[in-house]
Amino acid sequence: MTQQQESQSVITDEMRAAVGKEGEPATLEVDKTGCRMFARAVGHTDLIFYDEDYAKSKGYRGIVAPPGFLGTQTFKPAAGGGAQARPGMGFSIPYKRVLNGGTEIEYFDTICAGDVLTARNKITGFNERSGSMGPMLMTNRETTFTNQDGKVVAVERGTVIQY
Amino acid sequence: MATQVHFEDVNEGDEIPKLAKNCSTQQLVMWAAASGDFYQIHYDKDFAQSTGLKGLIVHGALKHAFLGQLVHDFAGERGRVKSFGCQYRGMDEPTQDITCRGVVTKKYAEGKQNFIELDIWTENPQGQKTTPGTAVVTLPSRS
Repeated sequence: MTQQQESQSVITDEMRAAVGKEGEPATLEVDKTGCRMFARAVGHTDLIFYDEDYAKSKGYRGIVAPPGFLGTQTFKPAAGGGAQARPGMGFSIPYKRVLNGGTEIEYFDTICAGDVLTARNKITGFNERSGSMGPMLMTNRETTFTNQDGKVVAVERGTVIQY
Repeated sequence: MATQVHFEDVNEGDEIPKLAKNCSTQQLVMWAAASGDFYQIHYDKDFAQSTGLKGLIVHGALKHAFLGQLVHDFAGERGRVKSFGCQYRGMDEPTQDITCRGVVTKKYAEGKQNFIELDIWTENPQGQKTTPGTAVVTLPSRS
């Protein structure tokens, strides 16, 4: 990084201090309807995502959460929409536009309807880059999902791009 | 779903069966409800155009989930998806073909599990990889 780019950095001390700190844990319920709606919206044809008896006949505890489905957050009217505050979105950044840069999910166990997941979110780092769209700030975050038995079942890593 | 593929049948460089998608705006609304992402650029054309877009665009997370289906269907009944991820490099529009594809990059056994690593991506009608990524699945062995 050149001297000039460094002086133009939008990363503040406050942001640096936030790296690695976990936000408030969120509870996500994995229910049958959520699994079915997700599977249907994607176009899945495997009945383990729709039919409880079929899923059990294949050795699962219940309807399986389709790949990418990590439960539904409980809607809280008072929170103004119920969406979990995403790390990296709370800082004052001089960029107006936001893009989802990417998503990766690593699974450590099967998630089934009936599971209740606790999601713990943290920022793992900030990066700056100058691309075709001008200067960009990339916020990397990581969310760990723990089930009702205290087992980590999935880790989701994502990048939010502001530019 | 196709018949079960086994670890022994798969080689590095093999392409896995493609998954063809073409989103109606109805599917985007279904996805909005299923995922809880109600950003209007995915179903309100006027809103999308007011942000400078040409029109509606397909949710990145839906393309991620399509790739999830691609690798789930490849792994079959006795395989498991261990991880899958992608980067959102290019936008896709509704009512255009989105082809989900994957190529085996590595195979190895570790402990009692047989791992397959893949490059995965979605491709637009121009052949551009709009959503490139990677995945890891386990497959059953014939033995």
